[in-house]
Amino acid sequence: MGFLNASHFQFLFNGLLWTVGLSLLAFAGGGLLGFAVALGSSYGPRWSRLAVSLYIKLIQGTPLLVLLPLAYFGLPSLGFDVAPLTAAALALSIYVSAYLGEIWRGCIESVPRTQAEAAECLALRWHQRVWHVILPQAVKIATPPTVGFMVQIVKNTSLASAIGFVELARAGQIINNSTFEPFVIFVIVAALYFALCYPLSVLSRRLERSFHVAHR
Amino acid sequence: MNYAFDFSAPLAYWPDLLAGAWTTLSLSLASTFFGFLVGVFCALANTGRSRWLARLAGVYIEVIRNTPLLVQVFIVYFGLASLGLQVGAFTAAIVALVVNVGAYTSEIVRAGIESIPKSQLEAAECMGLSRWQTLRHVVLPPAIERVYPALSSQYVLLMLASSICSQISAEELTAVANRIQSDTFRSVETYLIVAAAYLAMSLVMRGALWLVAMVAFPRRRRLGTPL
Repeated sequence: MGFLNASHFQFLFNGLLWTVGLSLLAFAGGGLLGFAVALGSSYGPRWSRLAVSLYIKLIQGTPLLVLLPLAYFGLPSLGFDVAPLTAAALALSIYVSAYLGEIWRGCIESVPRTQAEAAECLALRWHQRVWHVILPQAVKIATPPTVGFMVQIVKNTSLASAIGFVELARAGQIINNSTFEPFVIFVIVAALYFALCYPLSVLSRRLERSFHVAHR
Repeated sequence: MNYAFDFSAPLAYWPDLLAGAWTTLSLSLASTFFGFLVGVFCALANTGRSRWLARLAGVYIEVIRNTPLLVQVFIVYFGLASLGLQVGAFTAAIVALVVNVGAYTSEIVRAGIESIPKSQLEAAECMGLSRWQTLRHVVLPPAIERVYPALSSQYVLLMLASSICSQISAEELTAVANRIQSDTFRSVETYLIVAAAYLAMSLVMRGALWLVAMVAFPRRRRLGTPL
């Protein structure tokens, strides 16, 4: 570890902050899009259901490492100049939205049908049924898998290094280029990712368990 | 937005694209096969009697599932080389993918094993089956059959994740795409072609996994019903 000085650790820490920031951006963007995807496939007209399922299939069948350069190199040739951060946030949001949208659709559909029927008997309007009866229950079901998926998001931000965005993995590569101690550096980088992801994994499992206990 | 699409330049590289796709598929199939073995072994270790073996498997699974594949690939390829263990890019890619998918397989298979009713184990014990026979004939086949859809999805995801190996100069499809893109400057077209190729390969993987299921689960084939 002697070859690593304070400025190296400072650099890694900055990378870590960018990883957290990009994860939050991807979760916010992907969450909003994913919510639209979930609603569009659960409550939309026939054409929107088809469009959404096609969207999910297309995005889930493409590697993130193709979507990222598609955004970063592709958008400028279409006339939009994008910074690595913008391209990464955009590609990750689209990628995340397909997975979160599918998870959430499943959660909406796992709310018992009787709930919707009961709400109808109470003469609630359609939007009241969705907003006040079904969604609150769906959110509860969706929380554990959503927290679990946050781990995937944090890990996937590492691929933004491929388009030159300096997050944690790229910071490790850059330090390695000057110190040539890849084993030590990448083990440290892995440990930092672990420190970010493991608490989320544990939280997801705890929520899952408490949910099961509550519904016995 | 007056962009003129021109797919001819990247498509002129079709032999390279084909070779890259073949590399991606062979990476994926090899990793799927060995990853499955590693995963089943770890699931057995994790649910077995030996406490320290279970703990060891648990640590392996948690570490792998909470760190990015990209960093794992770097540790195997650059890290081992710096410790004096030189491996080629293709070998490093397979090792990293097997270690990675083994952990995910293990979690899925464990869920399958835990879903087997206790009465089955008691019945096997009454019939005088040994521990190993019970695992081999009573526990594993229905457990794996039950979680097979989840396993299939995991292996299709693995195929897509193998694109990460482009970062260590393994010449698979994404690496080929990056090269074509820098040669032709037709990035949109190149990556659209490659995205389409990955979609096609997902279908190929799904078909192959379905065929495996048809051979491996004769009961399902006869009755047309899952367990």
